[in-house]
Amino acid sequence: MRTLSLTALAIAALATAACASNPPPEPAPAPVETAVVTPPVVVPPKPPVVVTPPVPTGPAAGSKADFAVKATDRVYFGYDAYNLDTDSNKSLASQVAWLKQFPSTRVEVQGHADERGTRDYNIALGERRAQAVKSYLVAQGIAETRIQTISFGKDKPMDMGHDEAAWARNRNAYTNVIVEAIS
Amino acid sequence: MTRTQNAMVTGSRGLGSRLLTKLAVAVMGAAALFVAAPHAPAHAQLRATVVGEQYIPLRIAIPDFDGTGPNAAEIARQIGDVVRADLGTSAPFKVLDKAAFIERDVDIAMQPIFGNWTVAGLETQALVVGNVVVNPTTNAMTVQFRLWDIYGQKMQYEAGYEVPTPLNWRRLAHKVADDIFTQLTGDPGYFDSRVVFVSKTPGDEPFKGRLAIMDQDGANAEFLLSGFTSVINPRFSPTDQVILYGAYVPDPRYAGATLLRTYLYDIATGRQEILAEGNGQLDFSARFSPDGKSIVFNRAERGNTDIYKIDLATRKLTRLTSNSAIDVSPSYSPDGKQIVFQSDRGGSKQLYIMNADGSQMVCPRGGGARADACRITFDQPGYSFTDPVWSPRGDWIAFSRQGGGQFVVGVILKDGTSLRVLTDGYQDESPTWSPNGRVIAFERTASRAAGPKLHSIDLTGRNERRLATPRDATNPTWGPVLKME
Repeated sequence: MRTLSLTALAIAALATAACASNPPPEPAPAPVETAVVTPPVVVPPKPPVVVTPPVPTGPAAGSKADFAVKATDRVYFGYDAYNLDTDSNKSLASQVAWLKQFPSTRVEVQGHADERGTRDYNIALGERRAQAVKSYLVAQGIAETRIQTISFGKDKPMDMGHDEAAWARNRNAYTNVIVEAIS
Repeated sequence: MTRTQNAMVTGSRGLGSRLLTKLAVAVMGAAALFVAAPHAPAHAQLRATVVGEQYIPLRIAIPDFDGTGPNAAEIARQIGDVVRADLGTSAPFKVLDKAAFIERDVDIAMQPIFGNWTVAGLETQALVVGNVVVNPTTNAMTVQFRLWDIYGQKMQYEAGYEVPTPLNWRRLAHKVADDIFTQLTGDPGYFDSRVVFVSKTPGDEPFKGRLAIMDQDGANAEFLLSGFTSVINPRFSPTDQVILYGAYVPDPRYAGATLLRTYLYDIATGRQEILAEGNGQLDFSARFSPDGKSIVFNRAERGNTDIYKIDLATRKLTRLTSNSAIDVSPSYSPDGKQIVFQSDRGGSKQLYIMNADGSQMVCPRGGGARADACRITFDQPGYSFTDPVWSPRGDWIAFSRQGGGQFVVGVILKDGTSLRVLTDGYQDESPTWSPNGRVIAFERTASRAAGPKLHSIDLTGRNERRLATPRDATNPTWGPVLKME
């Protein structure tokens, strides 16, 4: 039997211990715009201050951020469904193009479900959604060995809301780049 | 005062050595050796009355126990509180308000004055009288009690327990309550047991959750395992202080990727083992067989979830279903011969029963045809049935029913009859049985915006109550009654 600890102490321990937790994975960093500013010239009567226009430098080719820009990384599903519609196919075609361009990359397809349903069923449903995406990618010529899947069921919603709009967003499969192309 | 110690001090793990000993014979000391009221052989043993599925609550009086020795009076009062709370939250009993007692200070060694307990308004059927003795030298504590049948005018039962330190008073109180429960209902008690759950911090994403444990009455809540922050589906062994659980963990091979692993964890020793790595197939929702020796679980592979079993000793894997539908949430019958699970093989999510050895069966509504599994939920158009859990008594199967804008917890017999809805929440799910199969604990999300909490309800649908947890909580799993050592 555990040594008896006072309930109040146990609760305090719960409270403090609960603060320590792993940070959630991602999100993908936003593309960074670097502005190069020439310092003002002090000596007159030279031309006025010259500001070079910002040079947009997009994410490195083959990176996770590059995928987020060039491909649509998330596809959505109907209630209790795991079939891909034409929108999904368009999104996945963009994923295929990127994956073909960077053949050394690897992805994890994450399946998600909305909160209406029990934990177990939603894990199974999320897995079906992830597999639907994987099957599409494989059918389009992406090596099966480059794709792994995971299901978070209803437990990792992207939208914390509890309405139809949130549920629609939470029924998705997200393609997560886990090995970037080394350039 | 003689004390004969019971010799059953082996077996159970993690309770330390000889922490709780039942005295073989409760000897109350010389003064107790009076002859109780003449036993009336015609008078049946006092029992809570069951009419259909409902108890007519038995009126029980539990005055504060007497205390002798250092701090014994305070401990005795607290033990009385816990015994009253245990029985008071249990459907078969109506615990009488001690303020209404004529006698407050009742000596365990004396026969009660029956007339004082039968007065109008009190009408006590059962009286529990006890004492607590703390040995000033060794600090060991003994609790003894007697259960009186007031209208039968006889002592029905007496027992005593000893613990090496008063720190264990709470477990001792639960043991006393269990004894009384058993004496008056004929069912095993369930108060000296613990519940494991997933503790959620409000505001955190639902993904976050830590394994926690508490006594069944909510006392002594604490975290288990510090490293895991995304735990799902803990499931207690029906025989030992061992649990299975799933945890989302970082994939050691690829940064940013996640695996869902299945772990076996011995609460008493801290020994932990990975049962499923999660890097090939997706395994989840593992549950012990009734003997604790094998595990049924879900394996999702290529978009299809089926039910598998693994023998813990030999690690032999057996596939139990091969259906293109989602077969999920398997739970064994207590005799180990059948498994109830949820499947959408018929187009909607329903409960099915299969033989645990995979052999075909003839279904009650199957027209005599043989089938892999028999559907047991019918006649509820628009509703789906999920989360089945077989009662340890073998009679009822608890479930969560989805439909009509809510999830409710209910029970059904394995032949598909006698369906009863017990709760009325917005989202009630993850039912788990008390070890005696009388009470169901479950997870409730009370409204769209509410955080999940734990509740429990008697099998009769009475006594719904909140199981207090320090934070939000999901996935309760009720463990077996703790063994004595």
